[in-house]
Amino acid sequence: MNSHPAARFDDKPGREVELDVATQDCMIHMGPQHPATHGVMRVLLKADGEILAGAQTHLGYLHRCAEKIGESVDWLQYLPYTDRYDYLAAMNNNLGYSLAVESLLGVEVPERAQYLRVIVAELNRIASHLFAVGTYGLDLGAFTPLFTALRDREEVLELFEKICGARLTYSYVRPGGVMNDAPEGWLASVAAFLDGFEKTWHEYWTLIAENKIFIERTANIGVLSAEQALAWGCSGPMLRGSGIDWDLRRDQPYLIYDRLEFDVIQGVGYRGQVGDCFDRTFVRMFEMVESVRILRQCLEQIPDGEVLHEEVGAVIRPAPGESYVAIENPRGELGHYCVSDGTKIAVRVRVRSPSFCNMSVAEHLMPGAMLGDAAAIIGSVDIVVGETDR
Amino acid sequence: MYELLLSTAIALAVVLAFITVAAMFFVYAERKVAGWIQHRVGPNRTGGFAGWAQSIADSIKLLLKEDLILRGADRRLFQLAPAVVMASAFALFVVLPFGPGLIVADVDLGVFLILAIASVTTIGVIMAGWGSYNKWSVYGAMREAAQVASYEIPLGLSLMPPILYFGTFSLKAATEAQTGSFGMGWYLFSDAFWIAIPSFLLFFVAALAENKRAPFDLPEAESELVAGFHTEYSGIRFSFFFLEEYAAMFVFSAVGAALWLGGWNFPGIHLLEPGSTLLLVLATASFVLKAFFLVFIMMWVRWTVPRLRIDQVMTLGYKYLTPLSMAMALIAAGWEYVKHLGAQA
Repeated sequence: MNSHPAARFDDKPGREVELDVATQDCMIHMGPQHPATHGVMRVLLKADGEILAGAQTHLGYLHRCAEKIGESVDWLQYLPYTDRYDYLAAMNNNLGYSLAVESLLGVEVPERAQYLRVIVAELNRIASHLFAVGTYGLDLGAFTPLFTALRDREEVLELFEKICGARLTYSYVRPGGVMNDAPEGWLASVAAFLDGFEKTWHEYWTLIAENKIFIERTANIGVLSAEQALAWGCSGPMLRGSGIDWDLRRDQPYLIYDRLEFDVIQGVGYRGQVGDCFDRTFVRMFEMVESVRILRQCLEQIPDGEVLHEEVGAVIRPAPGESYVAIENPRGELGHYCVSDGTKIAVRVRVRSPSFCNMSVAEHLMPGAMLGDAAAIIGSVDIVVGETDR
Repeated sequence: MYELLLSTAIALAVVLAFITVAAMFFVYAERKVAGWIQHRVGPNRTGGFAGWAQSIADSIKLLLKEDLILRGADRRLFQLAPAVVMASAFALFVVLPFGPGLIVADVDLGVFLILAIASVTTIGVIMAGWGSYNKWSVYGAMREAAQVASYEIPLGLSLMPPILYFGTFSLKAATEAQTGSFGMGWYLFSDAFWIAIPSFLLFFVAALAENKRAPFDLPEAESELVAGFHTEYSGIRFSFFFLEEYAAMFVFSAVGAALWLGGWNFPGIHLLEPGSTLLLVLATASFVLKAFFLVFIMMWVRWTVPRLRIDQVMTLGYKYLTPLSMAMALIAAGWEYVKHLGAQA
């Protein structure tokens, strides 16, 4: 009998066991209920000690047949389902779907509604980026930035509660305009929020971007080159973080974005290389500042008038045809492809979700990184699993 | 013989009660401090006033929870690990000088004993990680082993300056030496303050790493390793790891307080009659408050900074803290020699 202790770990008993220790990579399942996966997602990591040799992302834990539902409920009934895919930026989802339906209908939305849509979309962008930056701190082990971010996000949610009654799934932006006009004094409270937020923004900047440990953990980690970002169809802060100057709000303007003045933030390698985890956070941080600029212009320019097109009623029957409209969601390009056969139910509603494309490149950033970087890389992609799986 | 056993048993019971109560208080304090730092309230319901009973309620909940052991786990290691961890934390309290005459065992090599026993905790953690039948736990255990092995050296060396200054390894003797003229002869304010301040900072950083406190909480990094070595633990066994963390925090803070911050000494201690009850109460309060203050700083750090990566932790330990603490020990020895020569001349 082989009495060497190593024999106990031998899967083929009786075989001659060499005294040399055989090594093999350790396969670890990160998720589906791992705290750093931002929802129910599974990453299969291949690790050589603390160093990652590879990674594979497994999706589908939050699949809720959103697109299939689009083929069985009528055009307007589908609107609440759009809230649910990127639940941190539901206003933008409503907007993307509404624009696609309006493109089928061929209606021009009243001007006041267009401004209100931009205001809620940009407020939602601030809230979403705050959450992204805050939870990124959590991924790196700092708890406090999240709570500081939630404090301001709370103010945005209160504004949304006042305008549409909901805090997370709004269904406020609808085909033909918006659900209702802003209540009295709402625009003034948006302005008040912006004044306060400009001050607290600097707090986040010092808490996060000036923090030595934060820089050490994110600079030069998970570097996504510009070519890679384009090849994988990345969009949003992920693409701009890699130094590509592309923003649908400016390059394919929808609503009234062409009347507004704002800069497109790109990664510049502020603390490390262009396209590293720090740059993606950098883009998100400064996009909030740009959103504040956009909001201030909107508050100045917003006209009076109707907020819902009178021809768009409860039942929508677009003429047969198809449309694709893409908008700049906080996480990137959110596209809706809608096909109508003239009935009140869509033939096809296809969603091009930014998190899905952004996440697919993440596993290629991991080889060579440390185990602790896996959380940093996944966090910097800022996925919402509801959107990748739909 | 019988009397000795009885007195030992009483002393140990008192220490055990103190650890349990102190750890429960620290858990509550940690949550309050975290809430305060994060614009929250923290626990505020249980027990009425400011949620004071939250920790008690949590302890009862933990006691009542199912003690789960995975089928593939190494049962013996798994069951033994919390006991090893808890026993080592428990033993550390024995040499702490809480007040004049209030010390369980005045060991001549007190500081040495603390360093030696604190390392035993690591063995418990490795046992827990290995026995858990979970890869994340093994990672936690390996990180703990690497981290403690590299931070033992700066921790031990950073304790050398006060030891050289007082010429003793005994915490009680070191505390007594810091009474000075009116209770302020603390090492931090002594003629060697320029050695005391940097060595205290070194000690504090190394103690954070030794106790697995943020930013060095790699063995239980929740966003990377779920909960590290105690992922698979539940109920009372889990609470042992919890208790150990806070007990060890208190012990290292107490060592810092005893060697640098004057131990039980406070301004005006010379006015009180030696051996009086008032002196004993005030001195103990002074010692415990100083230790609490250092524990509070540890909590403050935890809720402020992100976590380092394992290679950065190792770099900090080997490339910066070890040489620095070695230099501090040499400088302290040189200073004592200079003083010795001056005294002879």
